[in-house]
This record gives sequence, structure tokens and C-alpha cells, in this order.
Amino acid sequence: MEWTDDGIVLATRPYGEGKAVVSLLTQNGGRHSGLIHGRSRLGGAVEPGTLVRATWRARLSEQLGTFALEALAPSPAVLLLDDALRLGLIASLCAVTDAALPEREPHKPLFDATQAMLAVLDAPPEVWAPAYVRWEVGLLGELGFGLDLDRCAATGVNDGLAYVSPRTGRAVSASAGEPYRERMLVLPPFLIGQGLGSLAEVLDGLTLTGHFLERVVFHALHKPVPAARERLITRLAAAFTPAA
Amino acid sequence: MSAPEIDRMMQLLARLPGLGPRSARRAALHLMKRRDALLRPLAEALGEAAEKVATCSVCGNLDAQDPCAICRDPKREATSLCVVEDVGDLWALERTGAFAGKYHVLGGTLSAMDGVTPEDLGLDRLADRVRRDGITEVIIALNATVEGQTTAHFIADQLTGSGARITRLAHGVPVGGDLDYLDDGTLTAALRARRDV
Repeated sequence: MEWTDDGIVLATRPYGEGKAVVSLLTQNGGRHSGLIHGRSRLGGAVEPGTLVRATWRARLSEQLGTFALEALAPSPAVLLLDDALRLGLIASLCAVTDAALPEREPHKPLFDATQAMLAVLDAPPEVWAPAYVRWEVGLLGELGFGLDLDRCAATGVNDGLAYVSPRTGRAVSASAGEPYRERMLVLPPFLIGQGLGSLAEVLDGLTLTGHFLERVVFHALHKPVPAARERLITRLAAAFTPAA
Repeated sequence: MSAPEIDRMMQLLARLPGLGPRSARRAALHLMKRRDALLRPLAEALGEAAEKVATCSVCGNLDAQDPCAICRDPKREATSLCVVEDVGDLWALERTGAFAGKYHVLGGTLSAMDGVTPEDLGLDRLADRVRRDGITEVIIALNATVEGQTTAHFIADQLTGSGARITRLAHGVPVGGDLDYLDDGTLTAALRARRDV
């Protein structure tokens, strides 16, 4: 068996002396793992976030198989080793994808979204932070837990949406949700096309997606939300807080 | 085919890094052929190491005494601390002879994949040590990988306010490195970190 596809490196786990098991988000085959030889020779090409061309070979399709990898561009992680915030974004993006996606299930829209997310890393955090929240909303959708943010679950109106039900993931208008506001999740306006997204809105968005990632994705997988995501949130909050 | 004692020895040798079943068989045969010159001294050395060598309670190094020889050495700079991932990295730095301060061995790096947390690495212990021992410079000598540098940034955050200068190892062209053979990322990082000649 052999195929060649483009992929984004999600994680690399050393295996033995010079080998490693690499997990990729491939364009057409979803998350796929394989063994690579000569880990140190590949250098930054096996760091999370690197876009690679991968050739996978195995005798049987169910085997782990081996990858031959070629970096298609310099690893964004290697270029951002000094940038704690962006490095945190790459770590969270890759760790959440690697932990949440089932193996060998195609998710081309997610590949495209992840590639787009990595492409905006040069932009200021005010641009990529809201984009990351949208990426997590997209991830939930890809996994079958899409949020319904088009109209109010209680009244059917599509104006004045302000909350999301923590149970159903459906939007609720400000008036209908007011009696339950303590229990509701805040719907940041930028997720329904209103505004660009301030830090407070980004943090609200991460609380919203974090709730559903934990409740419907990672709870079912019996594992916690990757700590890299929590560290990104802490770092984002600190980066946007004016120094005293 | 062989005695159970030899099988057991080969099985254990095959679990060492760099050795597979075939090389373990060769090593076992070699040891058996040189019983007095190699096998017995090796067995004694292994027994002695198992008996005496322990982890230093101050820095995490391996030594027969606690604190280790580096921590006890009064000639070393007590105000410089180099943070490394494991004892192998400490040994590598010691081989260079370029660092005369003390060390702190983390025992790993923050890892989303393996679920390694700041508590697992005892980062509170590191922060306490920096403040308690009046450290003026902390050199973070971790791998130039996402996990290594994520850990480095986390440590730098933890030590903010300690008064210590936080530095890290340079990234770029290795000595003797041929530019033509470097990967694009390393070359770009080196270009970005260029300095005046």
C-alpha cells in the first residue's frame, strides 16, 4: 500500500534511537500516523505545524506504516521559537486536533481551515485570535457537534442573539436568555459576523468552544482538553492586559 | 536453544537504547567469551551503580552522593543556573567545559501528547530554588522544539519577578555546518538571529 498526500504535522513522538511516530493531518485522509526514520536528520520538518508532502507505505492498510516526509515550507514553529504567544497557538492548534480527531477519517475542510490558520500567524493577535475561535467552532462542526448560531432556539428570531445554550449549543436571544443568563454561555458577536472580536470576546469565544470541546468531544474520549489550550488562553489574556 | 540465564541476559540487553535482539545476542556472546575481563567487572559495576547512584535532591543530577559533586563544588558559580531537560543534556554541557555554574534537571518538557504538566516537572521547586539561592542568571538550555521552547517560555513566565536574568541557548548554524545542507527553518532562524562581525 502506498499513497502520497500533503499534511500538517500535529505531533512527533520519539520511538527508539533515531525513529519517531509522526501524526499528520492529511489533506485527503484526515489524521494519520506513521513511523519515520532519521528523526534528527529531518530537523524542523517534524515540528508541529509544518506543511509536508508525505508518502506513506505499508504492506497492509491497517499497519502503522512508514512515512517519507518532505517539508513544503519552513516550519512555522521553528521560525517562532522566540514568540511565546504564536508558539502557544501552534501548540494548541496541533494538540487539540491530534487529540480530538479520530484516525484515518477524512476532514478536508478542517485541513483547509488549519492551513489557513497557520497562514495568518504573521498577522497581529487581534486577527488570529478570533480566527482561532472560529477554527474551534469549525472543529466542533467537523466532529458532528456544530453550534447552531443562526437563530434563537426559543423564539426563532435572528436578531439580538447574545447567548448559547450550554446543553444544546443553540443560540439564544438576549431577551429569551435573560432569565437564565447565569447558566448561559456568552455568544461573542464576531461569531455571528458582528465586529472583528475584542480580547474579551475572544475569551468568551474560547470559553464557549472550550465548554463543548470538554463536554462532547474529550469527555467521550475519556481524556482532558490538552493543557496547551489552557496555556494559550492564559498567555492571550496576559498579552492583551496592559502592563500596570 | 541457549540456557535460560543467557536468554534472560539477552532479553535485558535488547532493552537497552541502541540495541536490538541481534546486537544483544552479539553482546551477550562477547560477554560470555570474556567472562573475567568483562562480564564479572560489568556485573560488579552495575551492582555498585544500582546500590549507590541516586538522584541529587538539589538539581536532579545522578551521583553516588547527595547533593551531587556539582552542587557541592565550591568553585562553581553559585549564582548561575542552567536548566536542562535530562541528565544526558547536563553531561553534554559538562563535556564542553564552557559552563561553570550549577544545573537544574527538569526530567522532561511540557508535553500535550504525553500529558506532562508543570507539576510533573516540579517547576515550583525550580522557582523556589532561584529565589532561595540568589540566582542572578538562569540559562534555559532546552531543545529547539515546540515542546522545549514552550517549556522555556513557561519557565521564563514563572521566574518573572525573581530578579534573575533569563537567557536561552542560541539557535542557528552549527559549527562546521554547511549552509547548503541546513534545513530551511534553521537557516531562517540563523538569519534572523544574525549579529555584527
